[in-house]
Amino acid sequence: MSAADTTPANWIDVAYLITAICFIFGLRYLSSPKTARLGNRISALGMAIAVGATLTQGIVNWWVILSALIVGAIIGIVSAQRVKMTAMPQMVALFNGAGGGAAALVAAGELLKVFNAGGVPTYDVSFTSVLSAVIGAISFAGSIIAFLKLQELMTGRPITYPGQQIVNAFIALVILVCWGLVVANVPNSLEYFWIALVASFALGILFVLPIGGADMPVVISLLNSFTGLAAASTGFVLGNNVLIVAGALVGASGTLLTVLMGKAMNRSVTNVLFGAFGAVKTVAGGAAAKQQNVRAVSADDVAAMLTYANQVIVVPGYGMAVAQAQHSIRELADQLEKKGVEVKYAIHPVAGRMPGHMNVLLAEANVPYTSLYDMDDINPEFERSDVALVVGANDVTNPAAREDKTSPIYGMPILNVDKANNVVVLKRSMNSGFAGIDNPLFDDPKTVMLFGDAKKSIDGVVAGVKAL
Amino acid sequence: MTAHLLTELTIFILAVFVGMEVISKVPTTLHTPLMSATNAIHGIVLVGAILVAGTLGAPFNAIVGFVLVLLASLNVFGGYTVTERMLQMFRPKAQAPKTPADGAR
Repeated sequence: MSAADTTPANWIDVAYLITAICFIFGLRYLSSPKTARLGNRISALGMAIAVGATLTQGIVNWWVILSALIVGAIIGIVSAQRVKMTAMPQMVALFNGAGGGAAALVAAGELLKVFNAGGVPTYDVSFTSVLSAVIGAISFAGSIIAFLKLQELMTGRPITYPGQQIVNAFIALVILVCWGLVVANVPNSLEYFWIALVASFALGILFVLPIGGADMPVVISLLNSFTGLAAASTGFVLGNNVLIVAGALVGASGTLLTVLMGKAMNRSVTNVLFGAFGAVKTVAGGAAAKQQNVRAVSADDVAAMLTYANQVIVVPGYGMAVAQAQHSIRELADQLEKKGVEVKYAIHPVAGRMPGHMNVLLAEANVPYTSLYDMDDINPEFERSDVALVVGANDVTNPAAREDKTSPIYGMPILNVDKANNVVVLKRSMNSGFAGIDNPLFDDPKTVMLFGDAKKSIDGVVAGVKAL
Repeated sequence: MTAHLLTELTIFILAVFVGMEVISKVPTTLHTPLMSATNAIHGIVLVGAILVAGTLGAPFNAIVGFVLVLLASLNVFGGYTVTERMLQMFRPKAQAPKTPADGAR
């Protein structure tokens, strides 16, 4: 557009501009839990404006569009309503995958349209449509694997095989070559486009396979960012600004969260994505065996410890999510508060399977968000606490990360539960945590262990506290 | 590179900065809803899906078009519903409703 461009603006572009503004305000209002709901609604309003306006644009096959729209809406809303809060990470992964797949297909469809019309796509269109297809397909396939891992339909452990990185590099090369061929518009370039699409799909699968369940917060944020970028890229293909803006917002958000999660684990993002190979060896080499000084206690013992404490800090981890223990924990906190015990919650940034996972679960159990503390805020508090109650968290409490330079997680910021006067660890069994690393915390003379399903254990403690 | 593409790139870059600025103010507590909210926002690809599917020629129109719009629609409606569900659970202390345990007292 030059300065001399006097064409009147198309009203639909005005609608898209309003949508972009709605999205930005929607995210802006997420900066406080008080305004967050309003933000989500503003964002949804923006989406409605954009979709409504688009439906007026010369659509020929109405029945296809409307039926797909309605079926998608029904499946989306019903599954979103029914899903348990503990299953939220896999739900988000699934919707994310759907978005990525859609972006890839939009690019494919646009390219097809140009070819079907007997035309030659411009370099801009061919370059960006392959880009959307590649990122979208990686995100789609990767999200499905992430979903399967989180839903435990396949093992959450890293899946590795010899030459894995070489295979991935080869596939990446194939994608790049096909990309070049499509842009160069060689004869039959459409076929190379399909090869690139299929190869990207395979790469998406292979790249998430070797990533362990505990690293899922990083992967989910990254895949979210991918889908955002894929959407932005389709915006370039279609020359549609609202797609570009919305995609850029999501891409920025996903990237920021990915980096944040990486920092919380003291690992670079590359290490998380490609580091499974080293970690697997440590799992095989090291092993449980050693730890024998653990003291197992009964639920009543724990109840007594907690009741006579002044301050208790609850440290939730993925074990709480698996056992769905958040409601029982809330009840325990209520009982303790009745007896004058102060209860706080310490949230490690990578506890659980997605960023902020623990916060959502505790919110579901009506724990006020004002009782939840970030790692930096709560760490000085442990020294002043009588009991640290660790519910299904392991690696994020492992003092080896602070002290043992040979530990694979050395340098990862942890919750200093070992500074509390007493530590109670709720665990299903003596198996080592997800990273397969020994936790010296369990050997600590201050530590007692309460074995069993976290929910049942907590319910037992609640009964004990009530009886006292 | 066309002038048009350059304009679009400018929009993209500026939007990335706006995104960084806005997202960095979101507290850790709301990171899961944030993921879910941005997840819903990239459902905007539905606009592209409708534009492409609505005018796609044979032989792909029905199948590709349907799958395309279905995926995007799933993303949009599912994303907003999940976010709404999550956000309605976040309450400050004063407004926290009594749990059945309290009520039974």
